[in-house]
Amino acid sequence: MSEETTPDAAAVRDPARRAFLGVSATAAAAAAGFVALAPGVRLMELAQAQSSYPAAGQFASSKIRWGMLIDTTKCATGCTDCVTACNKENAIEPGSGRPAQSSQWIRKIELTEQAGGHRELSLPMMCQHCANPPCVDVCPTGASFKRADGIVLVDRHICIGCRYCMMACPYQARSFVHEPLHDQNPEVPRGQGCVESCTLCVQRIDRGQGPACVEACTQAGHGAMIFGDLNDPAGEIAKRIATTASSQVRADLRLDPGVRYQGI
Amino acid sequence: MAANIVYREIANKRATWALLALCGLFIVAGAGAHLTMEHYGHVITGMDNRIVWGLPHVFAVFLIVAASGALNVASTASVFGKSIYKPLAPLSGLLSLALLAGGLTVLMLDLGRPDRIIVAATQYNFKSVFAWNVFLYTGFFTIVGAYLWMMMERRMNAYAKHLGAAAFIWRLVLTTGTGSIFGFLVARQAYQSAVLAPTFIAFSLSYGTAIYLLTLAGACAIDDRPLGDAIVGRLKNLLATFVAASLYLVAVLHLTNLYFTRNHGVENFILRDGGIFTGLFWIGQVGIGSVLPLIFLLAPGVTRARVLLASVAVVIGGFCQMYVTIIGGQAWPLNLFPGFKVSSSFFDGEVHNYAPSIWEILLGLGGVALAIAIVILALRLLRFLPERLDDATLDPSHAALRPHPAESAHAQ
Repeated sequence: MSEETTPDAAAVRDPARRAFLGVSATAAAAAAGFVALAPGVRLMELAQAQSSYPAAGQFASSKIRWGMLIDTTKCATGCTDCVTACNKENAIEPGSGRPAQSSQWIRKIELTEQAGGHRELSLPMMCQHCANPPCVDVCPTGASFKRADGIVLVDRHICIGCRYCMMACPYQARSFVHEPLHDQNPEVPRGQGCVESCTLCVQRIDRGQGPACVEACTQAGHGAMIFGDLNDPAGEIAKRIATTASSQVRADLRLDPGVRYQGI
Repeated sequence: MAANIVYREIANKRATWALLALCGLFIVAGAGAHLTMEHYGHVITGMDNRIVWGLPHVFAVFLIVAASGALNVASTASVFGKSIYKPLAPLSGLLSLALLAGGLTVLMLDLGRPDRIIVAATQYNFKSVFAWNVFLYTGFFTIVGAYLWMMMERRMNAYAKHLGAAAFIWRLVLTTGTGSIFGFLVARQAYQSAVLAPTFIAFSLSYGTAIYLLTLAGACAIDDRPLGDAIVGRLKNLLATFVAASLYLVAVLHLTNLYFTRNHGVENFILRDGGIFTGLFWIGQVGIGSVLPLIFLLAPGVTRARVLLASVAVVIGGFCQMYVTIIGGQAWPLNLFPGFKVSSSFFDGEVHNYAPSIWEILLGLGGVALAIAIVILALRLLRFLPERLDDATLDPSHAALRPHPAESAHAQ
């Protein structure tokens, strides 16, 4: 083997070639470093960019107690505008199995009083966002939780799908995701094998809007649902509750639900 | 333990391997059912948003409840000082661990997200009865494991009594916890009773003793080991007491529920109008599971075959009881609006039907097979069972009961 064929030896003899190799190595290292660091830098940029959003907890203030008042005298039998709006907003579709295996975050209950004149009523039933939620009490991992502003949610990352909360909920307001999901709303993550229920459209609340069901009911001219802060004495919901008789479903359990009904 | 007692592994290789192979088939089928359920989701099961706990829970809760009861024999030996039971104590500990392992496996594999079991093991909501139970189960494994070690390691024998007492207390708490899983569900009319916790303790003693009797007789039969009438007779008396206690507490549970007018609906449903549930309650739980065993065990001229038949009946009745408690309790609709007739797209106001799928059946049977396989494997590999269990070998308590100069030589 001749001496000239050895690259190192050639570089030693040729300063220009040596410099070229040095620059190349530096550039390669820099490129590798950039490739390695760029995602991190990008993440930091994103994190910093997001800091212009409201800080976590700004909306979920314990000074607020989100709630709903449902006027059953205005809720029409057979009307399902609220259900349709909920399903659209939260991308809930009927499953492929039996109806009892599909998620229903809100449902219409038709009631007929057994005594007297057999008065008929219709009302929407959903998670009642209790102040003392039994689902939160029984959840073994803490996946069921109550936000500072009273919204009861399920952390889909730590729900193990034990369904104990469904056993504990007196309103049967929770659904278990029985099969794989498609075409989800990115703002409303759901997952097979987890339990879910009405979130009061928390994604909309955090944008300063109200729940989709209330909006649909109002837009359709029914005006049977009011949403607002139960703690705000100047707000419509607090005023109505203060001046009109309203009731809590299963008040005997003393769960202090955030959803109240008028006209039952 | 009596010095003359020699413990031996089960020698019958053919029978043990044949049984293990059979269990293996069910375990593989159960694992396959679990994987299918995990892949397609619970949509392929009979469970839904109304019957959220189905047949897997029936199997799992039965096995877990029986697990704590299976420890009864060991407790009687070490806590209550009945030395005739001492040679039987290691099998008692083994059986309780195996049953608990089988039950927990079914419970775990029926989760919506069984892959998140690490979450269940690391994140706790200490207000949840379920979370307490996670500690109760792991504690049970630890304490009974240590208890077995103390019993089987000669140098540690002296400490076995203390561990036995700890295990006894622990298993009472464990079954209270299991019963409380249901007892704390205030919204469900079928469950909201403090009587459920002691009732579950009585169930556990009854199911555990029945399964212990069957396991003991089975193990002795496989290996042609002599099994004395004295020990079978004592276990028979225990079983009869526990079955009677269970029946009494079931009566108290339903009578106290019937006292409250608001519970008449659910009580009429279980006791009179509930179709399959009423049938399973009266024929399965009360008839086969309680009255029949009591007749078999207490009527004059009791034979070993009758004791074993009674044990089988108690197990069948136990499954019926769990089915009625767990599924029947959910089938009855929640009463959101007393005084109103209700209907909805989510089946409000309707009694709900449930038909278990093949996947749930296979998963449940897989758990039972796992428990049996653990017992067989342990008996084959380790010295859990005395070589002889005839009356002469288990003499010490005989001697204590009816002192006899010739027998005292065998005493501890």
